[in-house]
Amino acid sequence: MLLEVKNLKVRVADKEILKGINLTVQPGEVHAIMGPNGSGKSTFARALSGHPGYEITEGEVRYNGKDLLDMDPDERARDGVFMAFQYPVEIPGVNNAYFLKAALNAKRKQQGLDELDAIDFMKVVKEKLEVLHIDDSMLQRSVNEGFSGGEKKRNEIFHMAVLEPALALLDETDSGLDIDALRVVSEGVNAMRSPERSFVVVTHYQRLLNYIVPDYVHVLSEGRIVRSGGKALALELEEKGYAGQAAVGARR
Amino acid sequence: MSTTTEQIEKLANTEYKYGFVTDVEQDIAPKGLNEDIVRLISSKKGEPEWLLEWRLKAFRAWLKMEEPKWQNVQYAPIDYQGTSYYAAPKEKKKLNSLDEVDPEIRATFDKLGIPIEEQKLLSNVAVDAVFDSVSVATTFRSKLAELGIIFCSFSEAVKDHPELVQQYIGSVVPHTDNYFAALNSAVFSDGSFVYIPRGVKCPMELSTYFRINAQNTGQFERTLIVADEGASVSYLEGCTAPKRDENQLHAAVVELVAHTDATIKYSTVQNWYPGDKHGTGGIYNFVTKRGICKGDRSKITWTQVETGSSVTWKYPSCILQGHDSVGEFYSVAVTNNFQQADTGTKMIHLGRNTRSTIVSKGISAGRGQNTYRGAVKIGKNARNARNYSQCDSLLIGDRCGAHTFPYLEIKNTTAKVEHEASTSKIGEDQIFYCESRGIAKEDAINMIVSGFCKEVFRELPMEFAVEAQKLLGISLEGSVG
Ligand SMILES: Nc1ncnc2c1ncn2[C@@H]1O[C@H](COP(=O)(O)OP(=O)(O)O)[C@@H](O)[C@H]1O
Ligand SMILES: [Mg+2]
Repeated sequence: MLLEVKNLKVRVADKEILKGINLTVQPGEVHAIMGPNGSGKSTFARALSGHPGYEITEGEVRYNGKDLLDMDPDERARDGVFMAFQYPVEIPGVNNAYFLKAALNAKRKQQGLDELDAIDFMKVVKEKLEVLHIDDSMLQRSVNEGFSGGEKKRNEIFHMAVLEPALALLDETDSGLDIDALRVVSEGVNAMRSPERSFVVVTHYQRLLNYIVPDYVHVLSEGRIVRSGGKALALELEEKGYAGQAAVGARR
Repeated sequence: MSTTTEQIEKLANTEYKYGFVTDVEQDIAPKGLNEDIVRLISSKKGEPEWLLEWRLKAFRAWLKMEEPKWQNVQYAPIDYQGTSYYAAPKEKKKLNSLDEVDPEIRATFDKLGIPIEEQKLLSNVAVDAVFDSVSVATTFRSKLAELGIIFCSFSEAVKDHPELVQQYIGSVVPHTDNYFAALNSAVFSDGSFVYIPRGVKCPMELSTYFRINAQNTGQFERTLIVADEGASVSYLEGCTAPKRDENQLHAAVVELVAHTDATIKYSTVQNWYPGDKHGTGGIYNFVTKRGICKGDRSKITWTQVETGSSVTWKYPSCILQGHDSVGEFYSVAVTNNFQQADTGTKMIHLGRNTRSTIVSKGISAGRGQNTYRGAVKIGKNARNARNYSQCDSLLIGDRCGAHTFPYLEIKNTTAKVEHEASTSKIGEDQIFYCESRGIAKEDAINMIVSGFCKEVFRELPMEFAVEAQKLLGISLEGSVG
């Protein structure tokens, strides 16, 4: 088991947002978390990656057999947890390539691998850029600074491709992408699917799931997973909308 | 960016690591200041009569002046009579190579991580090391001499090139300029002298590492750099000081003179002891730095990275007298714990088509207080003068402060002056973003701060930029919980 979330309750700014989430992810699986705006999807992703503003009040998260909640956010990342942000942050003056090299080497160091020098790093990077159809110039720009919404999302996926996580949390990666960009990004993600890598794909729309086909779909509503199913559930949601899902869950 | 995270990581020790004292026998003047002390300093240095007279004039002027109080800093009163005004290592013989340098002093440089020899070989830097007011090692002198470049200690310049010193000393910063400049003029110990002759481009960065040593000895350096017509030079000043409990006064004067078509680039990295995290100790850094673009098309650039000292009071300025002359000021000032900095620049436009650029980056953490104070003056004959100023402040935590005081005085209507200012806080979200990529918090902060300072760092020579980035890391350690 890669990830096991048990009865996770999360409080933000004195308000309980997640009210007991249970989720099990096996290596190689892709889970989609769907739900209306404000249902707590981002909160779930952020809590898993260790954002300090999200207070865990109850529950347990095991990652690779370890207590994930006991680890600092940077430790989690070096241990293979990655989050693609819904709203990537700008860091003015910090070169994207430099940033990513620091991140990759921090991870390699933890794994006991040699740190990559600039030349080897560029080799790794060039490959990934090609797969994602990203222009070289993005490397020399400051992290996310002045990027369009679509560029930011692509940059997130690019970071993921370079860091090769074991667990990738993608938070609304499709929002702000036009259909071509969506296809490219999805191809990038699909190319990374492997028996050793799992994805938790958070999305409001089912459209992304046409490209990244999930193994499981969960519906989040008001801080609880109210329904779970196979990929067909996404299509059903597309047709019927989220209305009524909470009630369905409540009845069970 | 040029520094890697590992380099910054290496510096992750919390104590001020340059806090040590070198045990070299010192020749120290008795505490106190009067005309006899001024005479003693002058005679110790074997100075000519005119210089003694100049010092005495400055001393008499100083007696009538009052310590300025307008800066946005607070510090315990300075006991001018409780300070010793002269200290010199006893062995003062001239050295031809570094091997002749006192091993104690060499060890000090090693601790500072400044392998002079390596620097000479690898980075082509001639180092004129000033140790406690007296130069102990000067290198590359002969190579420079072939080009007619003079790079020596101030004392040597007084002996060997008195006519140049007499011509230029006090010509940019008069002995009556301000309280601390007057004090310096009366008791200055030593410093550097640079003269680049007509048409010569100095082929290497000239570098001096100053170091305050001997307890209770105020440090009064005086530096004079003259670039003759069409000459150019880049000068680096770097400073570290040993740890002290008592506050130490440092009042330096730097004068730059750029003649027609000449260029002077003056870069400083200052990390004197900032005091401990409770605000005890630390250096009082009251410096007067000023350059004059005397000739047409001349250019002076000040770049400074100020991370040390408990109190900093410093305004490297440019007088743009020549037509089409250019003045630039790039500054990073960091205040952490109880450090206070009141720094900025003055750009005084006198000639036509003169241009100036000011980029100031203030970083405050802990209870640090950071003030930018800048003046742009456009004289009535300065047609088409241009100024661009940008002052950005970065706050880390919520107990620190940033203050900006831009002054403008425009007497010619053709002037174009632009001022931009911003204040931002290092965001939890920025730090978290870095962490979510596996970058540790301290490294994340260093990275964000370095990014913030980028426009200034890129003005620094390469190896200085690396040093500066390391120092930022050290200064900000523990600033975010
Ligand atoms: N930092 C925060 N401060 C206050 N409220 C927050 C914060 N983050 C999320 N919330 C609240 O938590 C709820 C869930 O938000 P979020 O997890 O972003 O939902 P989703 O990603 O599903 O749209 C919303 O009501 C939102 O207003
Ligand atoms: Mg969201």
